[in-house]
Amino acid sequence: MRSNVSILYRKEVSSFFNSPVAYITLIGFLIINSWFFTSTFFLINESDLRTLFSLIPIIYLFFIPAITMGLITRELNSDTMEFLTTMPVSDSEIIIGKFLAALTLIGTALLFTLVHFFSLLIVGNNIDIGAIISGYLGLLIVGAAYAAVGTFSSTITKNQIVAFIVCFVIIFIFFILDKILIFVPGFLSSIFQYLSIDYHLANISRGVIDSRNIIYLGSIIALFLLLSVRTLEMRRWR
Amino acid sequence: MIEVRNLVKNYGDVKAVRDISFTVKSGEILGFLGPNGAGKTTTLRVITSFLSPTSGNVFVDDLNVFYNSMEIRRLIGYLPELNPLYREMNVYEFIEFVANMRKIEKSKFKSRLSEVIELCGLKGIIHKNISELSKGYCQRVGLAQAIIHDPEILILDEPTTGLDPNQIAEIRQLIKNLGKEKTVIISSHILQEIQATADRMIIINDGSIVADGTIEDLMSSFKGKTRLTLELRNATEESISKIQTVHNEISLADIKTQDDTVLASLEYPNSLDPRQDIFNFALENKWTILEMSRHKTSLEDVFRNLTIEGGADA
Repeated sequence: MRSNVSILYRKEVSSFFNSPVAYITLIGFLIINSWFFTSTFFLINESDLRTLFSLIPIIYLFFIPAITMGLITRELNSDTMEFLTTMPVSDSEIIIGKFLAALTLIGTALLFTLVHFFSLLIVGNNIDIGAIISGYLGLLIVGAAYAAVGTFSSTITKNQIVAFIVCFVIIFIFFILDKILIFVPGFLSSIFQYLSIDYHLANISRGVIDSRNIIYLGSIIALFLLLSVRTLEMRRWR
Repeated sequence: MIEVRNLVKNYGDVKAVRDISFTVKSGEILGFLGPNGAGKTTTLRVITSFLSPTSGNVFVDDLNVFYNSMEIRRLIGYLPELNPLYREMNVYEFIEFVANMRKIEKSKFKSRLSEVIELCGLKGIIHKNISELSKGYCQRVGLAQAIIHDPEILILDEPTTGLDPNQIAEIRQLIKNLGKEKTVIISSHILQEIQATADRMIIINDGSIVADGTIEDLMSSFKGKTRLTLELRNATEESISKIQTVHNEISLADIKTQDDTVLASLEYPNSLDPRQDIFNFALENKWTILEMSRHKTSLEDVFRNLTIEGGADA
């Protein structure tokens, strides 16, 4: 007997890949990062993917809100939420199924970028495979954190545009925190730095997988998923 | 058995359901009747765990919606008012998805599916996309979804809205058949709907129950009047008003003159039949009766009386 999470996950992933929007978003993701990556690739003349890894978090700012904005919003909008939540499935199972589906799409998008890795294998030499693996790992974890924010944003509104903007604003704050450190009073700067996602991503990408980074990103994922479950529960009490 | 106890549901300041209580026995078909916005859907949504009550409780057997929501949901098959379906799926995928969520074993799914296809008349559309289906077929898919796990309790919120008369007749027959072995709650704002399917009905208006009983009970408890409409020639409004001399329980409800005829409506208790006396009275006064028609209080009037005038005397 399959679990509710896996049934919902399968439904979500298959409905995503049955719609043209999925392919447009994925191709858009690939084109944008390929353009920016390859345009400087031969100028820098280094056999690594570091530019790609610093580029993807920026593209994430738009890509992840775009794929998560419909997760719950669509169910609320088409009233299928009533159908779904009167079946024997808990709110947390719904959220986790949806979240994992979003994460799968992010993983698929990252898989597409492996094309750069293979071209690197052909033209480059002296490639640090370890750095590339940890770089991808970092991107996947950060993607998961953003997807959790996106899942939450889609539970609070029936409007996909609103969900997109809320998700964008929240992850933009996480993104910008360590880039504004010079404007922040000294005693706050270490806090800001710790709260910024990029700081932790940089650590993981360097291959230093510290428990602090994992705990930080894990807490963000847990916090936003918990908020999503609570928001769904609150709809019963409106 | 379903028991709704002192249920209250407020949406902010709006009181959707004000303290209602009723029970539904096992194997009973209960009709839930009321005008739009009376609180029918809200009540059903509380029973199905889609909404939580502001106060009060709902019990299904010994389970209650606060602590045993999952168990209750397993017992219930629910067709929501808006009949939401995943429009991007085809009918088979959709039913399979529901069957998986309802934990129907793979080995049993095939045989159950063909039963449901037979019951709901889904033959020939099973591989069509839901977005291509007509309203009537969508409603059947919604019904199939509600009964796929063979639930003990079936809750149908306005199951025949938007269907053509043939489809309505089919769906009613289907509900009656299902009701032979299941507890069914069917809601509607159309009286005939309930009359045709239910054993017992509850009339709800503005969040409160105004009547509860079998159709015969409701008819007899409502002290109705008969209305007699007369179209007369050679009569004047003045002379007609003397008609009360025939019998003192007859009252003149309405009178108007149209060209050379007078239209008069008389009312008298159902126990009385003064038509012959009225005919003789007309003869005495040399009126010509062009038309005389009697209209007995129907359940429709009971319903209208209870829900429009808010009459609480039933």
